[in-house]
Amino acid sequence: MNRRKFVNLYLGGSAIGAAASLLYPVVRYLVPLLRPETAARTVLAAKTGELAPNSAKLFKFGSTPAVLVNGADGQLRAFNAVCTHLNCTVSYESDTGTLYCPCHNGRFDLVGNVISGPPPKPLEAYEVAVSGGDIYVSRKV
Amino acid sequence: MSGFWHSVRSYLDSRFKLEAMLAFGRKKMVPEHEHSFWYYLGGLCLFLFIIQVITGLLLLLYYNPTVDGAHESIRFIMSQVRFGWLIRSIHSWTANILIGAIFVHMFSAYFLKAYRPPRELTWMSGFFLLVLFMAFGFSGYLLPWNELSFFATRVGTDIAGSIPLIGKAVKTFILGGATVTEATIGRFFWLHIGVLPAAALLVIGVHVLLVQTLGMSRPMGLKTDREISFFPQFILKDALGWLLVLGGIGVICVFIPWEVGTKADPFAATPLGIKPEWYFTFMFTTLKIVPSHVLSIEGEVLAILGFMLGGLLWLLVPFLDRRALREKASPAFTAAGALIVIYIVVMTALTYLAPNLGK
Repeated sequence: MNRRKFVNLYLGGSAIGAAASLLYPVVRYLVPLLRPETAARTVLAAKTGELAPNSAKLFKFGSTPAVLVNGADGQLRAFNAVCTHLNCTVSYESDTGTLYCPCHNGRFDLVGNVISGPPPKPLEAYEVAVSGGDIYVSRKV
Repeated sequence: MSGFWHSVRSYLDSRFKLEAMLAFGRKKMVPEHEHSFWYYLGGLCLFLFIIQVITGLLLLLYYNPTVDGAHESIRFIMSQVRFGWLIRSIHSWTANILIGAIFVHMFSAYFLKAYRPPRELTWMSGFFLLVLFMAFGFSGYLLPWNELSFFATRVGTDIAGSIPLIGKAVKTFILGGATVTEATIGRFFWLHIGVLPAAALLVIGVHVLLVQTLGMSRPMGLKTDREISFFPQFILKDALGWLLVLGGIGVICVFIPWEVGTKADPFAATPLGIKPEWYFTFMFTTLKIVPSHVLSIEGEVLAILGFMLGGLLWLLVPFLDRRALREKASPAFTAAGALIVIYIVVMTALTYLAPNLGK
């Protein structure tokens, strides 16, 4: 390697190193701090008698919305209310007895399975337990 | 001209060389032909951008980019601040008209084959400007923190999250976390008033410099050599268009002030009839009709990759259209452009006329 080539390599390498050392803290600064999500395992979703048959209620499950459904058959079911397609929040349609996402017309049955529309996966179903006058919803283990 | 104004003019002229600039404008010639109308859209876009900068600066005085303050500050601007409703309505309406004007400008340049050499970079910088202004629209849409904008942001960022390999990192970066929160408003605000304007100014500078350096493209097979001077003829016609559009925006704002909407509640159900701003609706409706899986690939991923590929091909049109490169008519590219226009128009119309598509 001649002297010119060495100097070019040295200067080029130094320039890249200097640029990287300037860029690194900027990139690290821009990447958001991810705070651990509240690991909600069980939440109080509603009081018994709060929900008439064939109705539903949205509630907070940690940092995500969840839906508690009291079906026409009187059975309580709960799901993660975030649509598996593109993140909108589903709501209960009493006339069809299904969970509906208005963003792209996705529809789920009361097991969480996709009936129609583009959602690729079923809704995550939660466990429901009634204790005294309270309805508790927990993540399935 | 009175003696006072004459001396002011010669004072400024001796320092800024105004006469030399005017002489350049008079000497610079612009083609004049039956398609000349379309050539005024570029200047119109620049004018609308200037309106956005001015009204945006004014809105900054009262806007508060926090979950608790964003919606309230917009409500305050619209209901309490004198002429706040006008400033905000002009900003919101102009944003939409500007993107519409960019679309028309881009498609007119496409059909007139203005991307022919040596104007490939003019085309590409124009495409980047469209992307930048759509990003302006997307980031600005969330700032009032109403339920439509909240869910539109959730959907839009989830689309970014569906991009294979880099999607999750991109989504987290844009949102400032895992979901739409106060960090998201902060980031969108930062993008909307800092990063995007700086990037837009840079790309507009390159685009205008290229137009100045290379001159305006002449459509292929043009029979006439007629030209007009840039100054005052072209500029005066341009200014007339600007004046008409400004008047039109004023009328629209008076009769249809931009709505504030209902404050977003992250734990509420998505409202019925939700849709994004009109310039995203062709993609929105496409995502409604794609099946959940196509050959074991998730439909949404496939659609998003399709749009990305389409965008890339559109960017590279100057290099793909080999016939136009040799100054020959390229009907296949004209037909492809027409199909794209029809697709965008039909999908956009379906969003409004058939909201229950696929229900």
